[in-house]
Amino acid sequence: MAIIPNPHKTTGLLGWIDDRFPLTKLWKDHLAEYYAPKNFNFWYFFGSLALLVLVNQLLTGIFLTMNYKPGADTAFDSVQYIMRDVPYGWLIRYLHATGATAFFVVVYAHMFRGIMYGSHRKPRELIWVFGALIYLCLMAEAFCGYVLPWGNMSYWGAEVIISLFGTVPYIGDALQTWIQGDFSPADATLNRLFSMHVIALPFVLVGLVAAHIIALHEVGSNNPDGVEIKKKKDPVTHIPLDGIPFHPYYTVKDLVGVAGFLIIFAAVILFAPEGGGMVLEKPNFIPANPQVTPDEITPAWYFGVFYAMLRGVPSMFNSQFPGVVVMFAAVLILFFLPWLDRSPVKSIRYKGTLSKIALVLFAADFVMLNYLGMNKPDPTRTLLARIGTVVYFGFFISLWLIPKFEKTKPEPERVTE
Amino acid sequence: MSNEGVDGGRRRFLTAATSVVGAAGTVAVIWPFLKSLKPSAKAQALGAPVNADIAKIEEGQQVTFIWRGSSVWVLRRSKEMVENLTKGDAQLADPASKSSNQPDYCANPHRSIKPEYLVMAGKCTHLGCAPKLRPEHPAPEIDPNWLGGYFCPCHGSKYDLAGRVFKSQPAPLNMPVPPHRYASDTLVVIGEDPEKKA
Amino acid sequence: MKRLAIVLSGLLLAATAAHAQEVPTLPFKADIGNQASLQRGARDFMAYCSGCHSLKYLRYNRMGQDLGISDELLKKNLILGAAKVGDPIATAMPAQSVDWFGRVPPDLSLETKAKGADWVYSYLMSFYLDGTRPLGVNNPYLPGVSMPAVLGELQGWQEMEAPAKGEGGEAAPHFKLVQPGTLSPEEYRDFVGDLTNFMVYASEPTAFERLGLGWKVLAYLFLLLILTYLLKKEFWRDIH
Repeated sequence: MAIIPNPHKTTGLLGWIDDRFPLTKLWKDHLAEYYAPKNFNFWYFFGSLALLVLVNQLLTGIFLTMNYKPGADTAFDSVQYIMRDVPYGWLIRYLHATGATAFFVVVYAHMFRGIMYGSHRKPRELIWVFGALIYLCLMAEAFCGYVLPWGNMSYWGAEVIISLFGTVPYIGDALQTWIQGDFSPADATLNRLFSMHVIALPFVLVGLVAAHIIALHEVGSNNPDGVEIKKKKDPVTHIPLDGIPFHPYYTVKDLVGVAGFLIIFAAVILFAPEGGGMVLEKPNFIPANPQVTPDEITPAWYFGVFYAMLRGVPSMFNSQFPGVVVMFAAVLILFFLPWLDRSPVKSIRYKGTLSKIALVLFAADFVMLNYLGMNKPDPTRTLLARIGTVVYFGFFISLWLIPKFEKTKPEPERVTE
Repeated sequence: MSNEGVDGGRRRFLTAATSVVGAAGTVAVIWPFLKSLKPSAKAQALGAPVNADIAKIEEGQQVTFIWRGSSVWVLRRSKEMVENLTKGDAQLADPASKSSNQPDYCANPHRSIKPEYLVMAGKCTHLGCAPKLRPEHPAPEIDPNWLGGYFCPCHGSKYDLAGRVFKSQPAPLNMPVPPHRYASDTLVVIGEDPEKKA
Repeated sequence: MKRLAIVLSGLLLAATAAHAQEVPTLPFKADIGNQASLQRGARDFMAYCSGCHSLKYLRYNRMGQDLGISDELLKKNLILGAAKVGDPIATAMPAQSVDWFGRVPPDLSLETKAKGADWVYSYLMSFYLDGTRPLGVNNPYLPGVSMPAVLGELQGWQEMEAPAKGEGGEAAPHFKLVQPGTLSPEEYRDFVGDLTNFMVYASEPTAFERLGLGWKVLAYLFLLLILTYLLKKEFWRDIH
């Protein structure tokens, strides 16, 4: 039976494959004939960098799992075994630990880019929602991974985070015990977090990343001007006039970003692998001790914002639950961003001064809350954390309210240089 | 988009240079990952040389020691056993141990430092089973010309009492001899070569 | 639900308490490139510390390789009891030590990472006479210390002259030597410096490898950055 020849007219081995698997089609759809706007700037490096860090985490994770031994009695020792006895184990672990921090750096920059240029707006709502799910998944993954070395910070981090579920009214205590599988964080807890960290969550994460990219390539990339390049096409070729093939133009451009990123990444790993306590905390060099809380307990830096909110919200009705609700709401509100933002233009470039102030304020607020979450509270700082929490949610409301009266500049027809 | 003013040579050169440098970097990244699969310092420490006390081994008796997780046999051969080693060369695959695995100082007919003591890894060279010591002879059920030796129960490979394999057996080579040295007449250190005489 | 409240308030208390306790440390800069210092530190650690404290994540032969000490020298001078060269550095301390000190002397493999090298240095410099304590000594960096002043014989005995005040290097507690030890104050300072330096090494023996790789990797990446930048510029000449 004759095969209908593939539309790419490839021959030889490639032709044989293309008749059976859309290899050339995939290559063209996602790289060689994926037309991206030609005006990407610095902020557009972070998507591909996030993918690079994901690959780094998966690869180093596989090799760490070969030598890590989950279990309250074995975990801490096995980490030191990796650090000292396994050839290059130290490098693989530092790559993984610093990779976690790098992941949040690039993802936060990537998300900020999206908010700044309106990448969440129609028709890209689902890209944003998949992205928010990736972020949620990443937080869970980071928390589980943080517990695995079973140092004293790991232990007390697990205690605090799992206790959050204990604040749920009526069922809290039972829920907490169920999650832990014991009456306090213990062997069972560590083992189930390990399972989540190396199997369940990576599956979900990779699936979501695929969905994120498929959705992106379906509707096409946004750009700093927030104009749709698909509106102006070449009448003959039907290629967007402002679009350029992702490969080779953005592959070579992203390589520059990769090299720049790797310089910083390698410098941290090879010269300051503890990142001044941001990547690996001092108290985590002491094995888990349920009797002694570390003197300076802070969350991992990337959770600082949420921790500041948790501490900032006063307990009400004799319960910490409101703080927990506010903290989770701060993450959940991201999912509603595409529908909260009512501006007639996408990009910050064409919004009014008030919108620009709101965005800068939001970024500053994020940094401030992060600082507060990572440092010891005092009355002034608690007050600041409360103000910061209001500003955080206020920003999302401002996206809805400001367009009601703000005058925007007209969007250009074509992208600007 | 246009191609005017494109310097094809420069573009090809930069593409090639970046590819080569990038590939070198990728290989350099893969290297530590492959290296990490080698035995760790812990495995090396556990695989350290083992002291074998051979004082109490009787003639014809074999004692098993564990080195790097597997058996190392020390067989004390009787005079008759040592003499028999020269008689069966015709039916051996590698009587002079030319292609087999042993230290240079054991590449002799008795495959040991002292003819009386055989120190050998107890591993059939076919698929790694542990052959059985069958010193008695004749043993027609094993071989019509059996002068004593090792018989592998898995696939029937036959060896003489120096661990040399018979011809046309599943096993291709003589059983390996690990490095070892005599710290004294009664103490063998398995896993260390004899000190070189200066 | 109550537990979170307890945990959180406990953490707040711990945080404020820790804040109050933070005593300014003496300045100390580790130099693991100084092999002679590391060797002296290793010798002194084995002589004065290893009776009670293990370095259970460091193997003798690893230390030997890194510090340029041969296996023979290790066996002759540094290895305790019947340990092999590939064994980790254990301690001879029996289990009932918990009765002697109130707690088992901790393993020190990661001490400088957990507390900081300057803390370890300051702690070893700052045992002082305090009649109110069962062992007759106290330490501003670990008030109510349960470790005896093992190095008192070398350092001599000192009294606290001025407690810590404010922050910064000048604010560390001051002491007055009331009975000289077998070492002069300068010699003792060097002694503690070597010891701390060795402990910094012991906390991460792979640091040599890491730092050795550092500049090579960065040099490579800068080359890659330049090449990719030129490549990008070359391709982007197409785009107008």
